[in-house]
Order: sequence, then C-alpha cells, then structure tokens
Amino acid sequence: MLNEIVFLLCAAVTLVGAVAAMMLRNLVHCALCAAGAFAGLAAIYLQLDAEFVGFAQILIYVGAIAILIVFAVLLTQGGDIQPTTASTSPSWWMGLPVGALVVACLIGSIMASPRLLRLPTQNVHAPVKQIGERLMNQFVMPLETVGLLLTAALLGAVVIGLREPRKSESNAP
Amino acid sequence: MTTPLANYLILAALLFGIGLAGALARRSAVLVLIGLELMLNAANLNFIAFWRFSPHPEMLTGLMFVLFSIAIAAAEVALGLALVIAIYRHRRTAQLDRFDSLKG
Repeated sequence: MLNEIVFLLCAAVTLVGAVAAMMLRNLVHCALCAAGAFAGLAAIYLQLDAEFVGFAQILIYVGAIAILIVFAVLLTQGGDIQPTTASTSPSWWMGLPVGALVVACLIGSIMASPRLLRLPTQNVHAPVKQIGERLMNQFVMPLETVGLLLTAALLGAVVIGLREPRKSESNAP
Repeated sequence: MTTPLANYLILAALLFGIGLAGALARRSAVLVLIGLELMLNAANLNFIAFWRFSPHPEMLTGLMFVLFSIAIAAAEVALGLALVIAIYRHRRTAQLDRFDSLKG
C-alpha cells in the first residue's frame, strides 16, 4: 500500500515536470521543470531497488545535463521572451495527435498482455561491488568503448563550440 | 513491492508521448533536445522495470544497459547543445523554423 502511494507520488512529480517542461514559455522555467522530472525518475529508480542507477541519474541528469541546458538557454536567447513570437512551430498541431497516437498504441498493447500485471517474487538488491565486478569482467569492452565515445563526443563538442578565429578577428575592435 | 509491472510501463509510455509531442511541437532547439532526453529517460525506465521484474535480476543486464545508455545520452546532449550554440552564433536565433537554408 505504501509502495503504491510512493509510486503514484513519484509518477505525478515526473509527469507534471515533463508536461510543464514542454508547455511553459520561459525556457529557464522549462529547464528547471525538466530537472524536476529527472529527479522524479531517479526516485522511481530508487523505489525499484536500483540504487546505483538512481544516484547516477541524479548526478548526471539533475546535476550535469540540467546545468548544461540552462547554460545553452542563457547563451542563446536567455530568459527574455518576446510576447509577439510564437513558442510553437507552425505545424505544432501535428505534435499532439502523433504523441497521443503513440501513447494509445503503447498503453493498448500493455493493457492487452496479462503477463505484465505480475508482481516481483523475491527481494532484489544490486550492490555497487557486484556492479563493479560485472563492469570489469563481462562488460569491460563496452565500458572501454563508452569511454572512447565520451572522449570523442566531448572533444567534438569543444571543437564545434570553438569560435572561428577569422570571425573573432573581424569582430574585434 | 505491490506495484505491478504494467504501471511502470504505462508511466514510461506517457513520458515518451510527452517528450515526442514536445519535440514535434516546440520551435526552440533547446526544448527539442529536452524532449529527446525525456524519451531516452522513458526507455531507461522500461529497462529498469523489466530488470526488476525479470526472473533473474541477479544478472544485472538491464541495469548495465541503463548505465551505458545514460553515458551515451550525456554525450549526445553535450554535442547537441554545442551544435545549437554554434548555429546560434551564425544565425542569431535558436528557433528551428529559421534554419531553412537547405530547404529547396
């Protein structure tokens, strides 16, 4: 019973945060609401006994990615909103039915399968020691590949974000 | 643990739909990236839920997949925001419908 209430609370926080992040006009508010949605998801991971992933979600999403998004918002247009410009794309009315159709298909197929109503049998815990051993033995090649990918992606982000030298010279007084 | 698996899957489906609708409907490139992140998070929630309700959770496979998925999502959002900032420097706008140079 308590488990149900906790799940419903976390789900409500996540869904309200996600809807607000997609609906609000001020981009800084949107970024903060997205961080709230990510935090609600982290709470759901904790409730599902995945402690390591829950804390990784808080560190990476609520910590790093939300700050990155706020930086991008402030570097592009900032929190100032011109009331004359629309915040939705000209074909915005296509987004809602497409999203509703996808949700209807997914929920319909979930409801149609009675096996998904099952409850877990035993208590599960995934200690960090076990996760680390698994990462260092069975998943060591994917781990190295992800390290290489992250290095390449972040170097690429720096190169893309660099100001071109010729343009900065012509802009200099 | 009394919440059935279907509740988590429905939550993930709703989250995916919200992210998809937002990514299709908003003009700001940063908000489209936030919508993509919401969709990725919905997929991660599915992985964690299926791992928790699987007959062999001690294998930790769903957990591992989510860890790698979070790392790749971090790389993706860093690159995406760098692209948004680079385009903003050239075009002085972050509205997606203004990036129409390649339109025939």
